[in-house]
Amino acid sequence: MSTPELPARRDPSAVSAGDAAVRPGTDMFGAAFGGDTSGFGGLVKRPPADASTPRPYGSWFDEAVDVLQEEYSAFDDAVTRVVVDRGELTLHVKPERLAEVAQVLRDEPSLRFELCLGVNGVDYPSTPTRLHAVVHLMSMTYRRRIRLETAVTAEDPHVASVSHVYPTADFHERETWDMFGIVFDGHPALTRILMPDDWEGHPQRKDYPLGGVPVEYKGAQVPPPDERRAYA
Amino acid sequence: MSETTTDPAVEDVLLDEPAGDAYAGARETTEGTVYTVTGGDWDSVLSAVDDEERIVVNMGPQHPSTHGVLRLVVELEGETVTSARTVIGYLHTGIEKNLEYRNWTQGVTFVTRMDYLSPIFNETGYCLAVEKLLGIEPPPRATVLRVLTMELNRIASHMVALATGGMELGALTAMTNGFRERELVLDALEMITGLRMNHAYVRPGGVAQDLPPGAEEKIRELLEILPERFEGIDKLLVGNPIWKDRTVGVGHLDVQGCIALGLTGPILRASGLPWDLRKTDPYCGYETYDFDVVTSTRADSYGRFLVRVGELRESLKIVEQALDRLEPGPVMVEDTKIGWPAQLAIGSDGMGQSLDHVKKIMGTSMEALIHHFKLVTEGFRVPPGQVYTAVESPRGELGFHVVSDGGTRPYRVHVRDPSFTNLQATSAMCEGGMLADAIAAVAGIDPVMGGVDR
Repeated sequence: MSTPELPARRDPSAVSAGDAAVRPGTDMFGAAFGGDTSGFGGLVKRPPADASTPRPYGSWFDEAVDVLQEEYSAFDDAVTRVVVDRGELTLHVKPERLAEVAQVLRDEPSLRFELCLGVNGVDYPSTPTRLHAVVHLMSMTYRRRIRLETAVTAEDPHVASVSHVYPTADFHERETWDMFGIVFDGHPALTRILMPDDWEGHPQRKDYPLGGVPVEYKGAQVPPPDERRAYA
Repeated sequence: MSETTTDPAVEDVLLDEPAGDAYAGARETTEGTVYTVTGGDWDSVLSAVDDEERIVVNMGPQHPSTHGVLRLVVELEGETVTSARTVIGYLHTGIEKNLEYRNWTQGVTFVTRMDYLSPIFNETGYCLAVEKLLGIEPPPRATVLRVLTMELNRIASHMVALATGGMELGALTAMTNGFRERELVLDALEMITGLRMNHAYVRPGGVAQDLPPGAEEKIRELLEILPERFEGIDKLLVGNPIWKDRTVGVGHLDVQGCIALGLTGPILRASGLPWDLRKTDPYCGYETYDFDVVTSTRADSYGRFLVRVGELRESLKIVEQALDRLEPGPVMVEDTKIGWPAQLAIGSDGMGQSLDHVKKIMGTSMEALIHHFKLVTEGFRVPPGQVYTAVESPRGELGFHVVSDGGTRPYRVHVRDPSFTNLQATSAMCEGGMLADAIAAVAGIDPVMGGVDR
């Protein structure tokens, strides 16, 4: 019995940028063809909202943002948005200012975010600055958590590394580079960490081509996960 | 090996005179002579290199004492480690990416496989995140069951930490005893969840099923047996001079170093800081349980071992309290748009769909059948947004950063695995020490590679 031919790898450029993220559900199962007759569904996926939360933020958030504004002279330039959602505070920061903001958050006695819980990425291909780097910080003194988020384009994916503020970010920034292709300027040795050194592409990006699985039955083929019938 | 290769750089040449014995195979590469040492043939390497040369030793990823598929690249001067680097990624399975193509409930079966020694923690951390996004609270009985299984799981996980740590240092009785005790706990977990590992027991909205008959008695039995067994560990290791010789003062890292490197869990507590998320950022009602945070001020491998031993007893205390708190009630949210309508039951062929339920949906309610089908295949929708939740796993802060775009599948799930972060301390703990101490230091970190690489 002959082994079914492996599927050709799809050209990543053939996938349109907005393909995976924002796609109104054409029918209940998200398929553009065939037969959903229930009329149920019609799910619309939304890109991340880009509005700031109006003051007052509630909880300790107002106070912390005020302190940061006072102690960090470039606050108005660096912090583009302040979002409070589900009891979590997110500061959206310009990529080149990320390390500065982290430094103030760590050193200011009334903020004291001593512990960094890592850096990771999120890919929003439908937005112009599609690659987001997210840093979670924790204040062990005041037992508070805060999230810093920054967004860059895939063409110029440069973010200021926080690894000299928080040495723990070393591995995490390498992982984010590996998986998303975000370059952390100032990182001591930004190399791949999970994938092999000679790997091409950044697997966690939404347009990274996925492989299908050939099935040894009547030449059938299980399509790649992103091409299968999606229910949303 | 090819005879016809013309490029000397890639040609493998057996050296003419293997110094000492014939076991340490040597070959020339572009990076210099590479020796393959298999044990007992170390002398032949040492006699072959002159004093001026650096010796770079590659340990792993297939090595019995590197705690899984961890690869250590150490540079030696005599037997002193001058530099130690970790190479990871050998167990990378793309779990985070896979989650993006499964519905929210199916995600549980993926995350449970990450840190395979603490599956319940992975599941609970993930489910807490999904529940936070949904804005729902699991019923009290489900929360108590989560606490109960988590603490049982912590005992099993620490047992493996002691067992494999002991094995790596040559204490094989510690290994056999550790795995024996772990098996008792796994038996109980098997009875509760149906599986020894990879349970997929905790689900968004509650837990998969209620305790089966006899489970409470089984756990109470454990409460009787385990304290005796813990005493066995005390007798075997805590005062053991050989064990102390190998671990005291090894892999030293103080509080400042721990926080800078982001270390949490037993390593941080062994350096003197009583930082335990169950107390400092409580979830699942941990603030209402009576237990102590075990610390040590030794900041070395022995201190980490003592903290783990202490935590065994504290976990058992929590298990006992959780058992006493079990009130009858639902174990899944009552919102039928989230909780699966399936009523699982144990049949002749094991756990499966309850026949009564099948009878009901097949025989009397077509709508229930449709709804059931939709919920299982399509899944529920989660409002857009992002959250971060964390639980105190046996290895430290296990964090989940979960992003939803409003769909039936996670948009992005990132796991802050404690093993991944803790492994960064390897260089700080090993450099300047002996090569044999590097093993004790890594055993003290207790990384689980499934969690490191995800």
